Amino acid sequence: MNVPDDLLYTETHEWIKREGENVRVGITDHAQSELTDVVYVELPKMDRQANAKEAIAVVESVKAASDIYAPVKGTVVEVNKALEADPGLINREPYGQGWIFVLKIDNADDLKQLKEAAAYRKQIG
Amino acid sequence: MTESAPRKTPLYDEHVRLGAKMVPFAGWLMPVQYTSIVEEHQAVRNNVGIFDISHMGQFVVDGAGAREWLNTMLTNNIDKLDTRMGQYTFLLNERGGIIDDLIAYRIEDQKFLLVVNAARTDEDFAWLQKHLKEGRSPDRPRGGLETAAPCKLKNRSSNFGGGAIQGPRIPELFHNLFGKAVEIPLRNHIVDLTVHGMSVSVARTGYTGEDGIEVFFRATDAVKFWNAALEKGKPFSIKPCGLGARDTLRLEMCYPLNGSDLSPERNPLEAGLGFFVDLTKPNFIGRDVLLKTKENGPRERLLPFRMKEKGPPPRPHYAVFQNGEHIGEVTSGTLSPSLSWGVGMAYVSAAHAKMGAEIDIEIRGQKFPATIEKKPLYRKPAL
Repeated sequence: MNVPDDLLYTETHEWIKREGENVRVGITDHAQSELTDVVYVELPKMDRQANAKEAIAVVESVKAASDIYAPVKGTVVEVNKALEADPGLINREPYGQGWIFVLKIDNADDLKQLKEAAAYRKQIG
Repeated sequence: MTESAPRKTPLYDEHVRLGAKMVPFAGWLMPVQYTSIVEEHQAVRNNVGIFDISHMGQFVVDGAGAREWLNTMLTNNIDKLDTRMGQYTFLLNERGGIIDDLIAYRIEDQKFLLVVNAARTDEDFAWLQKHLKEGRSPDRPRGGLETAAPCKLKNRSSNFGGGAIQGPRIPELFHNLFGKAVEIPLRNHIVDLTVHGMSVSVARTGYTGEDGIEVFFRATDAVKFWNAALEKGKPFSIKPCGLGARDTLRLEMCYPLNGSDLSPERNPLEAGLGFFVDLTKPNFIGRDVLLKTKENGPRERLLPFRMKEKGPPPRPHYAVFQNGEHIGEVTSGTLSPSLSWGVGMAYVSAAHAKMGAEIDIEIRGQKFPATIEKKPLYRKPAL
């Protein structure tokens, strides 16, 4: 499974990419392969404020619906509208065009709670 | 289901070798998918796919009283069944509730093969055995098989496996596997054949809505048969298919899934499956309750529905509304791979259960419009 070194990760299989005051969030290659064919994505509302580990999006495969969590406390400033027309982007490009939302983070220190690639690799075995 | 570790079918190693994602299901470790549910679904709709159904239970009922006894245990009429044919039928409890749905094949005049759901195998067997021992049927409440000659019930599930090969290219695959001169059994028929030295039973039945066969073989032959079918199926683009595709295929056809759409709290008339219940038979377990249901009409009905807009797929247990009134619950739902659209089945109060009626499915607190449809949800486009 692809676990890029330059990203951070959560236990719940989100990836996090730091972009200045913001973080871009998606689900990992491992998560998309476990979920299988993604058929629907419920995006978070713009400007929504979320606490860390709060469910703010839903990714649905043929088989089941899975919550996607805010990795850190912040405000939703961008959502990936392309997923509404083509949810399969999550399967095809989980770290690229398949990103889900961008959060403006409250406190950059919160990012220290997240996992490095090595730790996440260990988690998924 | 079961507290102990999940069991493995004789094909477990083959599934792992093929890269399947294995999940616990009905007490078994089964492949949910090999590559993708959607790809496997399309393989069955367009070409051909093979499923491991070795987890399903297989019972043999044999002896001079077999026919008469089974007719008191099952809802459909076995007398309508010619030798070498199978019929869909139900095993009910005294309340008319569904213990299991199954296929009964008449192998010989007084010999039957029952193929039952994996999750219910032990329960079905115990139920049948108890009734056989007591010789108890509705018209003989104190026991004693007064008219029926004896018969024997055997659970051969551990020694036998099965594979379902389904899809429009099955006739070609059949001849490539079993030989050009061998005739493929007619719909709902079952024949005994030999292939690569293995004795197997081949039935023209399935759970996908496509043409197909179900093959029953000795557990010791499972790997050999599976690999022979995959090899001989190559020219027809055969794909191994998991439970995920099995579920989406059957739901598009509105075939019920026991444990989701059927349960001991539901009877076949509520489930819209009265066609497989013969109320003219003098007695079978559950008949009295079904007669009453038939007279008064079921309180709720199982009906297919289709979402009106593109949106989140419906799922089991979502609530169903009409004009703000709570009228039922979804029992099966998915995004149909053939239609690329949300579809499902729900129990809806009979008063609201009208074809074409507009309903709402509540998904995460929000209501999404849907329409009650006719069975099946998917029809093959005419060629």
